Amino acid sequence: MAPTRAALISCLSDEEIAEIRAEASHYEYPQAASIEALKVVQKHRGWVSDESLREVARLLDMSAEQLDGVATFYSLIFRRPVGDNMLMLCDGISCWMLGCEKIKAHIESRLGIGYGETTPDNKFTLIPVTCQGACDRAPVLLENMRLHTHLSNDKIDQLLAQTEAEKPQ
Amino acid sequence: MAKIIVDGKQYQVPDGNNLLHTCLSLGLNLPYFCWHPCLGSVGACRQCAVKQYQNDGDERGRIVMACMTPAADGTRISLEDPQAKDFRAGIIELLMTNHPHDCPVCEEGGECHLQDMTEMSGHTFRSYAQTKRTHRNQYLGPFINHEMNRCIACYRCVRYYQDYAGGDDLQMLGAHHHVYFGRHCDGTLESPFSGNLVEVCPTGVFTDKTFSQDYTRKWDLQSAPSVCQHCALGCNTSPGERYGRLKRIVNRYHSDINGYFLCDRGRFGYGFVNAEQRPRQVVQRAGDNSGQQAQIAAQSAATEAVSTLLQQSDAMAIGSPRASLENNFALLHSIGPQRFCPGLSDAEQTLLETAAAIYRQPDIGIPSPADIERADTIIILGEDIINTAPVLALKVRQAVRNLAKALAGGAGIPDWQDAAVQELAQQRRNPLIQLTFGATALDPIAAVNGSRAPEDIARLGFAIAHGLDSEAPPVSDLTAADSELVAQICALLKAAQRPLIISGSSLLSAAVLQAAANIAKALSRKLDAPCPLHQCLPECNSLGAVLLQEPGSSPPLERVLEGIESGAVRRLLVMENDLYRRLDSERLERALDKLEQLLVIDHQWTPTAAKADWVLPAASFAEAEGTLINSEGRAQRFFAVFPASADIRPAWQWLDSGAWDNIDALTRACAASRAPLATIVEAAPPAAFRRPGQQVPRMPHRYSGRTAIRANIQVSEPRQTPDPMSALGFTMEGDATGLPPALRPASWAPGWNSNQSIHKFQQEINGPLVGGPSGVRLLDDQFNVAEATWFSAVPAAFQLSGPALQPVPLYHIFGSEELSQLAAPIRARQADDYIALHPDDAAALQIGAADGVNFRAGGREFCVAVRLRADIPAGTVGLPMGLGGICAATLSQPLALSRAFDWQPPLGAGNANVFASDSGAAL
Amino acid sequence: MTDRPLTQHIDLSRPPYDLAQYEDVGGYAGARKVITEMTPAQGLEILKDSGLRGRGGAGFPTGVKWSFVPMYNTPAPTKYIVANADEMEPGTFKDRLLMEGCPHLLVEGMIVGAYILQANIGYIFIRGEYIEAAQLLNEAIAECRKKGYLGERILGGDWSFELHVHTSAGRYICGEETALLNSLEGKRATPRAKPPFPQVSGLWGRPTIVNNVETLCNLPQIVLLGADWFKQLSLTDDAGTKLYGVSGRVNTPGCWELPMGTSARELIERHAGGMCDGYQLKTFLPGGGSTPLLLPEHLDTPMDYTHIGKLGSRLGTGTVIVIDDQVDFIGALKNLEHFFSQESCGFCTPCRDGLPWVEKALHNIECGSGSRADLDWLRRATWMLNMGNTFCAHAPGAMGPLDSALKFFPDEFERRLP
Repeated sequence: MAPTRAALISCLSDEEIAEIRAEASHYEYPQAASIEALKVVQKHRGWVSDESLREVARLLDMSAEQLDGVATFYSLIFRRPVGDNMLMLCDGISCWMLGCEKIKAHIESRLGIGYGETTPDNKFTLIPVTCQGACDRAPVLLENMRLHTHLSNDKIDQLLAQTEAEKPQ
Repeated sequence: MAKIIVDGKQYQVPDGNNLLHTCLSLGLNLPYFCWHPCLGSVGACRQCAVKQYQNDGDERGRIVMACMTPAADGTRISLEDPQAKDFRAGIIELLMTNHPHDCPVCEEGGECHLQDMTEMSGHTFRSYAQTKRTHRNQYLGPFINHEMNRCIACYRCVRYYQDYAGGDDLQMLGAHHHVYFGRHCDGTLESPFSGNLVEVCPTGVFTDKTFSQDYTRKWDLQSAPSVCQHCALGCNTSPGERYGRLKRIVNRYHSDINGYFLCDRGRFGYGFVNAEQRPRQVVQRAGDNSGQQAQIAAQSAATEAVSTLLQQSDAMAIGSPRASLENNFALLHSIGPQRFCPGLSDAEQTLLETAAAIYRQPDIGIPSPADIERADTIIILGEDIINTAPVLALKVRQAVRNLAKALAGGAGIPDWQDAAVQELAQQRRNPLIQLTFGATALDPIAAVNGSRAPEDIARLGFAIAHGLDSEAPPVSDLTAADSELVAQICALLKAAQRPLIISGSSLLSAAVLQAAANIAKALSRKLDAPCPLHQCLPECNSLGAVLLQEPGSSPPLERVLEGIESGAVRRLLVMENDLYRRLDSERLERALDKLEQLLVIDHQWTPTAAKADWVLPAASFAEAEGTLINSEGRAQRFFAVFPASADIRPAWQWLDSGAWDNIDALTRACAASRAPLATIVEAAPPAAFRRPGQQVPRMPHRYSGRTAIRANIQVSEPRQTPDPMSALGFTMEGDATGLPPALRPASWAPGWNSNQSIHKFQQEINGPLVGGPSGVRLLDDQFNVAEATWFSAVPAAFQLSGPALQPVPLYHIFGSEELSQLAAPIRARQADDYIALHPDDAAALQIGAADGVNFRAGGREFCVAVRLRADIPAGTVGLPMGLGGICAATLSQPLALSRAFDWQPPLGAGNANVFASDSGAAL
Repeated sequence: MTDRPLTQHIDLSRPPYDLAQYEDVGGYAGARKVITEMTPAQGLEILKDSGLRGRGGAGFPTGVKWSFVPMYNTPAPTKYIVANADEMEPGTFKDRLLMEGCPHLLVEGMIVGAYILQANIGYIFIRGEYIEAAQLLNEAIAECRKKGYLGERILGGDWSFELHVHTSAGRYICGEETALLNSLEGKRATPRAKPPFPQVSGLWGRPTIVNNVETLCNLPQIVLLGADWFKQLSLTDDAGTKLYGVSGRVNTPGCWELPMGTSARELIERHAGGMCDGYQLKTFLPGGGSTPLLLPEHLDTPMDYTHIGKLGSRLGTGTVIVIDDQVDFIGALKNLEHFFSQESCGFCTPCRDGLPWVEKALHNIECGSGSRADLDWLRRATWMLNMGNTFCAHAPGAMGPLDSALKFFPDEFERRLP
């Protein structure tokens, strides 16, 4: 019979494959693990390239199109390269009222990038995210998925300095 | 029945449909986008909004989507309610916020459902003054253009492509107002049914690339009702012409055959009609064999040559399964039955006569292609239907999916609630059983797949019949694994309420046909009714070619060759048949060289025509009228789309112009010649059909530029070419309303310029056309009933004998059929030449995946690439018919293969031409 | 007996209780009781009697919703229970508190619920950014598996239940229960048409219950302490307590478990410490970004489903967003509509194509380049995108604040037209 798609895997790491298979075991059909699988790749590579996407699709026995339909739907799956550090600034209503635009302006002036952009040294990417469910501590941002609250310009300066220092990547 | 009230008027309607379906069936105009008669409802576009009232006292009502609301008894709705109308106009306005103002340069313009619905909804003024979102388009291959900016996100394309047709390389991507319908990256759409996107898309996102390269507005196309020439299924088409060129082919609805859809071979394979190198004038080769010089000769000299030849006692004539019944009959009649060969090889003729005999058995019902959708268990014996009868595969897919509707019915979900129906069923399907040579594209949806050599497929079939009914002849020496497989299949078939069998001639095995017939007979005894059996046949008129004469009375091609070799036959007339596709080419070459005179009537420069002393240009299906008999035994008429030019004539008119006044007389004579053909005259109304007093116009009434079309030649408008022999005229004058389906050139209704107008001609949505399904079924009648017998010639098991391998044909939708292969876009999709080997056999022969092989067969030398396919049985070699000169004659002997030295794959070889149906091959 | 069934064990100044600690304070007593002492039908009866209403925003009576799930006598097909932990409603931050503060409560709630439904598999569908909560839940689940609260034949009975955490990847629409199911199946989170309801044909076409985290967290104490106890917790006819929150220009924004029916005035003035100096309350959204605005005159209305509903708004998630007099009102609306426009799944026309136009019209008005046509469209949009006209409740939710803004503050729009 025809070779299964799974037999053709080559570029994903063994670790990634193991993690994806573990996720797939939680569902009735392997395709159900598509979002988790994309996140596994993203965890290891920062983003999901076309090539990785095709390999994940094979692993889950679905077409690249079917997986890309999922990948491009969800806002936290990155289908373009991102910097070493993701800054995700909350623009939810509470953060907006408490000045997230000013925080954004400050980040822009510090890093020279706007939403959707990456610094030329590839250190930072800035994107807006929806309400983070921390409105009582607004304004907030996620730095590499770590929540920072009660933001101010000083806090941003600290955060940037710290991030640059601790992440040699 | 349910009573519903629409705008105060009461209607009796069938239960269980939704309101949109119901309103359209009642002839009411209600705009829609996401709904499609074959795809059901999903409620995405919100265009079919109507006002629904709870009861008589409800004055306010509420807006509901007609497509998502059942037409239950007592339903009271209004289409005309001002709020509902305002809402519908508002939806169009929203769709238009992103739709470009490019109708003048859009291929869809003039037959655009979006245009029609915009008109219908009354949205005329745009208040949106912001920017539009824009997209990048993709390259989707040689068939389809992509213009995503026009997209209104109705989701029909993906629902058709994925859910209905089973493709997985077209997807909705992105989210919110950036949703995008395309592929993961640029590349050819792999589904062999991708062309239907052109008709499924309500606007100009997916358009016919072959058409836009040679474009004409729909209203400027001259059309005729036609029948597809590229397999035996007989799908109805509506080809369109302008300036003497066939511009495109679109679907013509037939409730029993193709419904709304065609395959890509049928839609894009028409290029041979326009081919530059087509014979258009009489060509005569002067003198003897030395220094042959072709020259244009007079038509009168040609007819003279034909009639002289026909009178010679040493002459024979060869007809063709790709020529119409009328052409074949005219040839038969002109030369006499003893000297007429229907153009089939011995093996092919035996197969077709076997198939015809099986169809006449009383235990066997002949399902229409549409009946196949209604089966609950299907067994396919020996046919790779997606490649041999593609639209049948679309039908089988629906049959398999229809379990979901049955399950939904049990759960109280209406069958038109498309998303819910699919969700409930998940991957549960009606059982499909495939016993084929190699994997097929339907494997993923089949419950049982067995890949076997033809002999073993037949043996399994005989064993299944015996398993179902012990009176059927048994099969000895089945392996344990095969016995288990047989038991598994028998269990599925026994559990079926509506089983159906598909077999066919493609493996060139009469035993496969007979085994399938035994299964049908066994099942019929269980069902106490004839069991439906569809037999796939090779060419558009294969069945017609064998029904012309008593079984066993026509000489096969080999007899003709023997006659030439013995010197008894010295002159040959070949009509619309390339003998090189059927016979050992070396032997044929010698025989043709020996002839005193070879006269070929054809519309293509075939290798046979290249050998001829005379070539007489024949009309293609687009320039002639004729009758074909499809694989269910249905006679269907196709009509000339445009007048033949230059010396081109329908083949029969080269034969004896005096014998028949018109094609009707010829058809009548043909019908009178044999009982099974008696009713073919009913396939369409006669040439005398007039409405009122005028012929049916082939041009729409909006046809433009007729007075100017030849202005560069002469300013006065010439008289339209008359077509005295037909019910149709080459004109725009005449009444095109209320036509019988067999005569309707194209689908159009006031306010409905797109193909969606078809519902105006259906008795009900998805039902037969008003006037009934066209064509006439020949083999249902009493006189066809032959005595029922069990077939008992169980073949011996396939055995590997010696180093030579057993050749078995493989088929490709693009490349295996003679005429479509001549169309450039089809050639672009054709696989590179290859043969398929089992890896074990390849290893034994020391042949690797990147190697080529040499072999000699059917009088030719071959040197081609190898594809290793573990899915074909060891000991066989798969030969793709039509690729690289491979034909039935290549299969006559076991093949001795050797690795080709210094072999290099042809330039451009790679995966680009490998398509979905090749999934079994090394991808 | 506690009067704070949801937060009694939450203290953010320390790590949440592990299994042993949680059991020490009475954890899993509800699960033990329902599994060892009650039939599923008895459990459902208590749930119905309790009057618990869904805390995700719609406020549908939980017991009634659950009663549509088919019960089987014989070996049953798989049924699913799903916790909707996709907390993405703008201005909402209550489920995060529950999951980060006491993950075992949700796990216990799901076990209780699954037993009542005789569900065999559960998923906690949690938004991707709640990394800490997901990790805590996974740890809690692992502890329960070890202890036998999850897995085969729980507490020696016949019933087995497995629970998984599914972390999402963004998209507000995943909070819509049928979109959530599609997402859980690994598909695009497009909502499904109802009927069929998920109770009948949900995840992979099987009977499925989806409920909000807070709803499920109420179950252990309801089965333990009874329906009457639960009802008496409330100040009004809508039973139980509610996690309320306040964000915006208030002195001490936060989230508190209070009796159902507590007024917005009490929330803002007492618990949230009143408006910040120099700011006046202009208007507020009572329960997240999709709830229609209320005015200062509504501050004393009990915040429950019934009373807020009567005002033409919705209790929603019960997390109040305070809009003060100094904020750019049109800008705030645009922020909300931008959110809804971006988060549309793109399936139905009014939502997909209408919301971007709403956002653009608001943008024009905000920038002073608006026109009468923009304002006309905003008014028309509140009708075009209303409930029933769209495929799901996303766009109607987006129209909540816009419609009420046009009603309460027409001058805000008019005066910014050139």
